[in-house]
Amino acid sequence: MAYSYKLIEAKTLASAVSSITFSSIPQTYTDLLLKTCARGSTTGGDPWSDAQLSFNGNTSNQTERWLGGFGSAAASGTGSQMILRVNKDSSTSNTFDNSEFYIPNYTSANYKSVSLDNAVENNATAALLMFNAQLWSNTAAITSLTLALGAGNFMVNSTFYLYGISNS
Amino acid sequence: MLTKLIINCETGEQTEVELTAEEIAQREADAKAYEAGKKAKDAELAAQAKVKADVLKRLGLTEDEAKALLS
Repeated sequence: MAYSYKLIEAKTLASAVSSITFSSIPQTYTDLLLKTCARGSTTGGDPWSDAQLSFNGNTSNQTERWLGGFGSAAASGTGSQMILRVNKDSSTSNTFDNSEFYIPNYTSANYKSVSLDNAVENNATAALLMFNAQLWSNTAAITSLTLALGAGNFMVNSTFYLYGISNS
Repeated sequence: MLTKLIINCETGEQTEVELTAEEIAQREADAKAYEAGKKAKDAELAAQAKVKADVLKRLGLTEDEAKALLS
C-alpha cells in the first residue's frame, strides 16, 4: 500500500514530439506511477493511436493481456508490446486520454509487471476503456522509461506526470 | 521532422532532439510488428467466431439458446 507519493517530474508539452523519455529515474522508491493525458496527431480509423511503453531503451521481451470496452463491444486479448492508447486528432476536439501505468518494484531483479488503466475520451460511440496487465521479461532495474507513438506526434498540451511511491 | 523529448529526472534538464535514421527505422519496424500481430490476432478471433457460428448453425441453436444451455 502506498505510504507516500512524490512527483518526480511533470511535463506538459509545449511542442509536439514523437516520444517522451524520463531518464535517470531515482532508484529510491518502491513503485512508479505514470499518469498520461495525451493526444496524438494522426487521424482516421479508430479514434485512438498506439504508443509503446519501454524501459531502459529496450522494446523487446514485452507481453500484455487486456480487457477492453470499445463503445459498442467488449473484448479481450493478448499482445507482444506494452501499449497505451491515446486519442487521435480525429477524436472529439480538446479531448485527451486519461490513463495511468503502475509499475511495482521497479528496482527489483525480477521481471517487471505493469498495470495500465487506459481511457480514451471521445464524445461518440467509439470510445475506449481498457485494463491491461503488461510484463517486461527483463530483470534489470528500471532507470528510464519511454512512451513512443507508432505514428505521428504527441500533440501540444499532452501531459505526463511521473510519481515515485514509497511503501514505508 | 520527428523529435524525442528526454527529461533527466536527476537534474530536471529537458532535451529535445531529432530522431536518427536508425531510430526512425526502428519506430517503423515496431509499428509494423505491432500491426501484424494485431491483424493475426483479429484473424484468429474471426476464425474462432466462425467455427462457433457454424457449430450453432449445425445444432440449430441461437447463441442465446446455447448460452442458456451452458449456464
